[in-house]
Amino acid sequence: MSELTLETTLPGIRVQRAPRKVRLGPLLAVSFLGFLILAALLPQLFAHSDPLAIVPHDAFHPPGWAHWFGTDQSGRDIFSRVIHGTRQSLFIGLAATALAMSIAIVLGLLGGLGGAYLDRGVNWSLEILFAFPSLILALLFVAIFGSGIGPLIVATGLGGAPGYARMVRGQVLAVRNAGYIESAKALGHPPLRIITRQLLPNAMRPLIVTLTMGVGQAIVWASALSFLGLGARPPAPEWGTMLSMGRDFIANAWWLTFFPGLFIVLTTLSTTVAGRYLQQRLEGRLS
Amino acid sequence: MSDKHLIVEDLSIEFAGQSVVRNLSFTLAPGKTLALVGESGSGKSVTARSLIGLAGAGAKVTARTLSYGGQDLLGLSERGWRGLRGKGIGFVLQDALVSLDPLRPVGKEILEVLKTHGWGDRHTRAERVVELLEKVGVPEPRLRARQRPDQLSGGLRQRALIASALALSPGLVIADEPTTALDATVQAQILEVLQEIKARGDSLLIISHDLAVVAQLADEVLVLRHGEVVEQGPMEQVLRKPRHPYTRALLDAVPGEHVRGTRLSPERGIVSTQPRPGRDAQVLLQADRLGKRYVGPDQQSRQVVDDVSFELRAGRTLGIVGESGSGKTTVARIVLGLLQPDAGQVTFLDQPWAGVGNDQVEEKQRRLYRRDISVIYQDPLSSFDPRWSVGQILADALDVAGIALAQQPARISQLLSQVRLPAQLASRRPLQLSGGQRQRVAIARAIASDPKIIICDEPVSALDVSVQAQVLDLLADLQTSLGLAYLFISHDLGVIRHVSDEVLVMRHGKVVESADVETLFERPQHEYTRRLLGAVPRLPGAGTKLVVPPLEAENTAWLFDESRLWKIAI
Repeated sequence: MSELTLETTLPGIRVQRAPRKVRLGPLLAVSFLGFLILAALLPQLFAHSDPLAIVPHDAFHPPGWAHWFGTDQSGRDIFSRVIHGTRQSLFIGLAATALAMSIAIVLGLLGGLGGAYLDRGVNWSLEILFAFPSLILALLFVAIFGSGIGPLIVATGLGGAPGYARMVRGQVLAVRNAGYIESAKALGHPPLRIITRQLLPNAMRPLIVTLTMGVGQAIVWASALSFLGLGARPPAPEWGTMLSMGRDFIANAWWLTFFPGLFIVLTTLSTTVAGRYLQQRLEGRLS
Repeated sequence: MSDKHLIVEDLSIEFAGQSVVRNLSFTLAPGKTLALVGESGSGKSVTARSLIGLAGAGAKVTARTLSYGGQDLLGLSERGWRGLRGKGIGFVLQDALVSLDPLRPVGKEILEVLKTHGWGDRHTRAERVVELLEKVGVPEPRLRARQRPDQLSGGLRQRALIASALALSPGLVIADEPTTALDATVQAQILEVLQEIKARGDSLLIISHDLAVVAQLADEVLVLRHGEVVEQGPMEQVLRKPRHPYTRALLDAVPGEHVRGTRLSPERGIVSTQPRPGRDAQVLLQADRLGKRYVGPDQQSRQVVDDVSFELRAGRTLGIVGESGSGKTTVARIVLGLLQPDAGQVTFLDQPWAGVGNDQVEEKQRRLYRRDISVIYQDPLSSFDPRWSVGQILADALDVAGIALAQQPARISQLLSQVRLPAQLASRRPLQLSGGQRQRVAIARAIASDPKIIICDEPVSALDVSVQAQVLDLLADLQTSLGLAYLFISHDLGVIRHVSDEVLVMRHGKVVESADVETLFERPQHEYTRRLLGAVPRLPGAGTKLVVPPLEAENTAWLFDESRLWKIAI
């Protein structure tokens, strides 16, 4: 055996890692998100009554054993409506975020890889979009194309796209100059393979966290648009619409607005906490 | 002058119950220099840091005696340490670029040391800063004091850092790898500055893995390994007649001090009986009058590569040596087809490979032959996709070589064994590997496609001497067994001398001299080559002593970071 250190171990001092403790916040957040997903897929698991069934003599029932969250002005069970509304809210949030991200990837890649002129063009259009508050943009879109779930998703997605696009562009610019991209080129990989297998995955990695939080944000926006009467139409069980409907009775029947509002708050809170947790985990692993 | 002794007896350092330094003892007298020598992880830096009370959070420092100038350092409070640092003991950190505040002019940095310790008043302090910069050989000190670290070259930054350590004329200066990563001529200048500290009668504690540097300065040498002293004694004795096999192995690992073809590491390899391919071997790659201009940050255009021509023949090594900014890496990038030259042409096997105008070659065409020319970088880690394991990195290269998915696992283990890594490493991520292991993975990737040529861009510059020796030996073995041709780029003349058949000396983008390796090193023709060779520190008993070249006002026009100008077009 040689006298020199034939390196088989890691250099430096190995720091002992403390046993991982499960923290309460992220655990609650993830559990709540899991519950929401389950409720979206199988609402009948939790809510047994029809969210649309009108029972006039049951109107304005306060929360109690028969109706956990009470009933609304038409005697519809609010718990059932909130649970059934999960599907729509989650779907809108996810679809809008996915749309925003798709637009952002296209714009970001164009800007990041397309050369100076294209990059300037992309930057200008992003700046113009940034000049308007996103909600105003979304309002404008809904005003032109009419209300409903489809336009709602597109409007929310468009509102979020410029922010993501800028992040993607920055990431693409950083990653394209990385040594491993040059090395892939020197190996002889064609450009499309480099973009799909190395550039995009590496550029998107830090955005996973932003996306998680973005879903919560999109749900708030979609609810806001619905609240303004531009999204889902009553009596459809949608959280924003329910808030809007309950507003008229807020003085006498607080539960009409409280529970849908609570779910909106809890959902955003959960995505944020879960996103932060994910961020810490990823950063810990990367450094 | 100081009459202070640094006395260390039975120093031990622990981190979280893990011992990193054990029973270290030495005495450093005024006017003397002690060198701590060892590889990364040997505990030399943490030892130095413990002497100024900065061993780090969670470090447990114990010693029978730890005193400087009669003052006990063991029970010193944080306040006491602060009084001592800078004033009694000056510390020169390893990496001048990260150790200096990027937003602060270097003069302010030095001023702060003076101010903290209440030295003089406003006017005398400003005068003192200029005086200090002058003392460490910074030309135009008044101008330089107002510049920020990024406006200074590596050598000037290192000198500014030394100036701040010397600000209060401490009796003891600790320098942690003060010349690592510096060019030969700059290194020689820094060594001269350090020698002056010694000449003034102050003590110097130098930490280095470079034995040749140690030989220039040290009176006493202490060789550390895994936190233990393996050998300790006067410099001449330790370096000329090493008693411990580890010291001998470290000395053997220094390239450029031995006959070519000698193995540098004790690792066994192939003993070749075949003669090396001669000067009449087939020409693989030919570069003809290459030129490249860049527009620098000051809008001035600079000729980074100017009229560079060479031939690379099968199975042989062409070394390109030059200091930072000499354009050697730009040449490599042109040859790799990653950068379009402004003038000249590169041909590969008599086919056009890169050029301008009518000679321009489409990347699509080049891609067909890319597997024949591989590359190894100085920093292998950044050339690996951070998401991939070693196995995935190699599989990606095998895709290019057209190896079917089913055969890839077998080929991956074969590649790993070729670079002498265990096959289990395939599932690990590069981040979990040591520097030497990472470079081996990079070499495995480079040979994955059965190339004819490997471009080696400073492949061992970031490695410890002994690891460098192993990697150089590995490259030599692969050259023999696979018949590879190397274009070997380095700023280290010792390494170049060890590996090359022919050498190209570059300066300011031009080829200053080109000759076969013996001729160039024995009878250098050009004045610059002679000066470069003179600046190389040598081990005692290995020829002439270091001749410090005259201090030349640095041509800052050339001191810009080439890498900042590169944009990769995919």
